[in-house]
Amino acid sequence: METIKLTIDNKVVEVAKGTTVLKAAKEAGIHIPTLCYLHLHDLNIENKPAGCRICVVEIEGRRNLAPSCVTECLEGMVVSTHNIRVLNARKTVLELILSDHPTDCLICAKNGNCELQTMAQEFGIRKIHYEGEQSTYREDTSPAIIRDIDKCIMCRRCEMMCNEVQTVGVLSAVNRGFMSVVAPAFERNLDHSECTYCGQCVAVCPTGALTEVDHTNNIIRALADPTKTVIVQTAPAVRAALGEEFGMEPGNLVTGKMAAALRRLGFNYVFDTDFAADLTIMEEGTELLDRLGRYLGGDTTVPLPMLTSCCPGWVSFFEHQFPEMRDIPSTARSPQQMFGAIAKTYFADKIGVKREDLVVVSIMPCLAKKYECQRDEFSTNGNPDVDFSISTRELAHLIKQSNIDFDSLPDEDFDNPLGESTGAAVIFGTTGGVIEAACRTAYEVHTGKKLEKIDFMELRGMEYIREATIDFNGLPIKIGIAHGLGNARKLLQDIKDGKSEFHAIEIMACPGGCIGGGGQPLHHGDSSIIKARQKAIYREDAGKTIRKSHENPFIVKLYEEFLGKPLSEKSHHLLHTHYFDKSKDVTVE
Amino acid sequence: MAIIKLSESKLNELRDVCKSFNNDKGELINVLHKAQGIFGYLPAEVQEVIAKELSISVAHVYGVVTFYSFFTMLPKGEHPVSICLGTACYVRGAEKVIDEFKRILNIGVGETTPDGKFSLACLRCVGACGLAPVVLVGEKVYGRVAPDGVKDIVAEYAK
Repeated sequence: METIKLTIDNKVVEVAKGTTVLKAAKEAGIHIPTLCYLHLHDLNIENKPAGCRICVVEIEGRRNLAPSCVTECLEGMVVSTHNIRVLNARKTVLELILSDHPTDCLICAKNGNCELQTMAQEFGIRKIHYEGEQSTYREDTSPAIIRDIDKCIMCRRCEMMCNEVQTVGVLSAVNRGFMSVVAPAFERNLDHSECTYCGQCVAVCPTGALTEVDHTNNIIRALADPTKTVIVQTAPAVRAALGEEFGMEPGNLVTGKMAAALRRLGFNYVFDTDFAADLTIMEEGTELLDRLGRYLGGDTTVPLPMLTSCCPGWVSFFEHQFPEMRDIPSTARSPQQMFGAIAKTYFADKIGVKREDLVVVSIMPCLAKKYECQRDEFSTNGNPDVDFSISTRELAHLIKQSNIDFDSLPDEDFDNPLGESTGAAVIFGTTGGVIEAACRTAYEVHTGKKLEKIDFMELRGMEYIREATIDFNGLPIKIGIAHGLGNARKLLQDIKDGKSEFHAIEIMACPGGCIGGGGQPLHHGDSSIIKARQKAIYREDAGKTIRKSHENPFIVKLYEEFLGKPLSEKSHHLLHTHYFDKSKDVTVE
Repeated sequence: MAIIKLSESKLNELRDVCKSFNNDKGELINVLHKAQGIFGYLPAEVQEVIAKELSISVAHVYGVVTFYSFFTMLPKGEHPVSICLGTACYVRGAEKVIDEFKRILNIGVGETTPDGKFSLACLRCVGACGLAPVVLVGEKVYGRVAPDGVKDIVAEYAK
């Protein structure tokens, strides 16, 4: 490896050729502030438009200050990261950004969690020396995401996520100069675009320009209504991240404290989406075996590979971008919706509450779930199966508002019957988890044998596209995994071109899977947090006594008492869905 | 906005243009240039076709269209009015002429009257500086235009 020697702040540094000044400084323990720059190292995502100019440094012999995020180190370079010229320039840049930014931080959704606010605080800004016009733009509220462009600093991180990582292509910088904004085509609102609501734009937005639609007040109201029975389900990835909102180290599992907090918030029953994840495996796994059986029996019309369907961002993606392939994904509803459907039928009957009087709340690491639960096909007579979906962040707010000292809560269990789950369900929270869970059940159902090794290590990891062949007792099953919609697109294109040899593919819209979801505590560019959450998920799985979905006793009971068997008529009605061609939704006015 | 129906033959012409640039996304600006030549403006449907042909997002196409002032999403009027803002015309009072057109037609620069008759645009130097300030209506050139002459020019076409 060719290396280069340079001096940064009087310190001689040796770095690999091609290293930027910003990274070289970091290696030398010098933290140059950045705003538009974003590097999610473990996910191989980098945004460096050199737009904000906060990271400028002085390089000896150069007339102008240089943005360190895009300036490559050269042999013998002498860099100063904090002399008076640099500090003045940096402060001026920040003041100029602030001069076109609202200062109503106290009532901003990102208050206390805003990178611009933090920087203003660190820089000790007490006065903005530039007064002038402020740009204004209409607020855009969609079912999941709010765009408040007045708070946008044009860092272009959202654009990079939407276009390069997710290849959804909804957001672009439009117009020019002072009038420029990041917007969908023709400046339509998000709900008139191909937005999947994956929320990755929200996850990287440094300010309050992109936030989620907040339903916490709806939940407070529902909990206060004596005529309602309010139940809650929590997705697997939430327990691996919620602790971060209370200052815990990333990777802390707070399953028990979370259940305790939800009970103290006043939910009548504290249930687990994991239960529904086990149910999903029963349906989806059976569907996979059914398709494979028919295919191996000589039926060439069977749609293969089967794609997973538990991720609503992914569902929207193929409905918009690959509608002609919408018969390929499993028809199984997502765990959130399976939970809602079972709660408002089976469980409502069990406790003798009318569907209208039962409020189902979901806690999700996801923003697309807010949209999913509002889809027409998931309601009966206008009453949705899941009434409100809130993010991990919103749950943290709810807990803090309710005077609950999260740290000191005891570990409590979920309620039954919809709170019991297996290790297979927990791993739904990470990339590779759904397909591993499906393999655990499908293998045993197909072969009639007990799995010797429950852990399918070959399906785990963080590489964007992974493949493995699982031996189903002499029958080789080819599995594909993709996370991040851009990678999903690659596998989809292969299927379209007839080049795919997979039998089943797991797809999750967010990089890392749900642990990296758009509703999770903000990582602020530190992707090691997402890795830590992944480890926590596998730890939770390993610690479970039951680790295969079909062995969940309450799932067995649900089939005995109510559903019959997987893919039964009742299952089809309650647990499966169909997809739409949404490509026509975006047309000329 | 009214429903815009673009003729199939023009759309095919547009697809041929994209093809002539090998459907290369790097040629977006050239394609847009030609497209505006074909349609006179760049309505949403045209941008959607271009996005599809060049395999880029519509948002990106729209971003480029809105960045360059040359590109317009508004159809030009039956009689496009252009006022020269070159140095000579400018110092001889072109600005006041524009203001008068704006007042009489009740539209801004870059806009089209609701009846589709007139559109208003500015340009830089038509090479007739001796006639400054210069106004073009379609292909016809009007020289030494004073603000009080504007109403007569408009009247000529208003029938």
